[in-house]
Amino acid sequence: MTKQNKWLWAVALLTYGFLYLPLVIVVVYSFNDSRLNAEWVGFTFKWYRILFNNEQMLLAARNSLLIGVITSVFATIFGTLAGMAMYKYKLRLLPVLVLTPIAIPEILMGVSLLMFFVMLNMTLGLFSVALAHIAFCIGFVAIVVRSRLQGMDEALVEAARDLGATPLQAFYLITMPLIMPGIIAGALMAFTLSIDDFVITFFTAGAGASTLPLQIYSMIRIAVTPEVNAISTLLMLLTLALILIAGKLAPGALRAK
Amino acid sequence: MSKVKSPGLAKWLISGPPLLYLLIFFAIPTLIMIFSAFRFPGEYGGLMPLVDIHPDTGVRTLLINSQNWRDFLTLENFSRFFEDGVYVELFVKSFWYAGLTTLFCIILAYPLAWLIARSPKKYRDLLILLVILPFWSNFLIRVYAWMIILGPQGYFAMTVNSVLAWFGIGPQQFLFTHFAVIVVLVYVHLPFMVLPLYANLEKHDMALLAAAQDLGASAWQRFWRITWPLSLPGVWAGAALVFIPALGMFAVPDLVGGTDGIMVGNLIKQQFLDSRDWPFGSTLSIMLTGGVLLLAVLATLISRGRKK
Repeated sequence: MTKQNKWLWAVALLTYGFLYLPLVIVVVYSFNDSRLNAEWVGFTFKWYRILFNNEQMLLAARNSLLIGVITSVFATIFGTLAGMAMYKYKLRLLPVLVLTPIAIPEILMGVSLLMFFVMLNMTLGLFSVALAHIAFCIGFVAIVVRSRLQGMDEALVEAARDLGATPLQAFYLITMPLIMPGIIAGALMAFTLSIDDFVITFFTAGAGASTLPLQIYSMIRIAVTPEVNAISTLLMLLTLALILIAGKLAPGALRAK
Repeated sequence: MSKVKSPGLAKWLISGPPLLYLLIFFAIPTLIMIFSAFRFPGEYGGLMPLVDIHPDTGVRTLLINSQNWRDFLTLENFSRFFEDGVYVELFVKSFWYAGLTTLFCIILAYPLAWLIARSPKKYRDLLILLVILPFWSNFLIRVYAWMIILGPQGYFAMTVNSVLAWFGIGPQQFLFTHFAVIVVLVYVHLPFMVLPLYANLEKHDMALLAAAQDLGASAWQRFWRITWPLSLPGVWAGAALVFIPALGMFAVPDLVGGTDGIMVGNLIKQQFLDSRDWPFGSTLSIMLTGGVLLLAVLATLISRGRKK
């Protein structure tokens, strides 16, 4: 290693430290036996106990999971179709509609959907949040599926067709199994995006439904409590598990977020 | 599956469902927002109605027609935006915050991306994964972590303040300041800069640098005349990925910015949820998008001009 590279590695290590320090702090404080996020007093699980007795928090967790599951099912169906269509056909409108939601500030989608739902006289709640989440997750699923299709060997499909398979058979027997890891990775991604989303949920949930991010937001706006450290640690673990699964299935998928 | 041009049933079966969904839940709401920017607010917030619904019979009558449309449509929201200096000022400030965030992200991300791109191939995926991993945890958790760090009882504030006290400077507040907003915005957006930069730097041809070295170029010359110009597409891509979301942010200023740190996002949120002035909120949203588009056009022109 040259002298110059040593300096660069020192800088890189500092940057990695900058990236991880905040998260380490949250995890460490979640086991700290003190109300204040300051000095270390002693090890405890009490914040986790308090968390699991917090009705509102449990309800929010249930809402988040429910919306996450609904979102990932529908966003995966629509997103897979969109990815296939974008790969297979020359289209103008669909790519624009699929990719713009990813490119614009999230708040714009949040407020426009708020207006739309209110104009339709819809009660804001779990249903409106799920509709909104599906809309912004489609693009992410579509990108993963399309990139999986681009990496696929065309010859396999052609061979199946030469052997007499109908287009539908070729799809079910060849294409589908080959892109399955991409579809599953897309579904997991939609689930994580839905569970994590704050901005769009904030505008489309009304008073009807609280999700974990909304709950965390209202808690940390008022006062910082160690319960938030505990829920944060659990959420980090959940996300980490999902990421590792998605990463195993489609290595490229991680970069899309 | 090669590109098929002829439209068929299959094409519509595949692209139809996502197209329809996004038309309803993305395109139409966006069009409604654009249209709303030209309308008056309703008596109790929201929008002034264009259709009257009879309270007893439920019969709907269209109130707007070719003669009276001026009573329903207006440019007032836009003139309010430009005439009241407060809004323009807040926009300039938000663009400034987002710009600073982008700059600091480039400064922090560049050495890291460069090193990862130059490290042995087998470690690259792991190193890049280590950059992304923290950012898959909830965004609010990351903001919250900084509230702990920058808070008056956090080690950071305590340490800095004890050093300042040694120099005889009074205690400083870090949370609820502009400083906090920038730090957290940089933290939250950093991987969006590292990823495109890394993708670009990884592809560079090392032979160019070796040739430059043989010809006697110093390390700085090699960087400024070869690596940097070649990495510009990555820099631009990263800048777009950082600048746009940073610009629309409202949660970060809300949580760590205090009263001075607010940005356009906070104003938009306030118009929709507190004042319930939808038309003005829509106008602000459109101005935000317009500003982003204008910058994108300018950036494209600049990078094109450079190539010529």
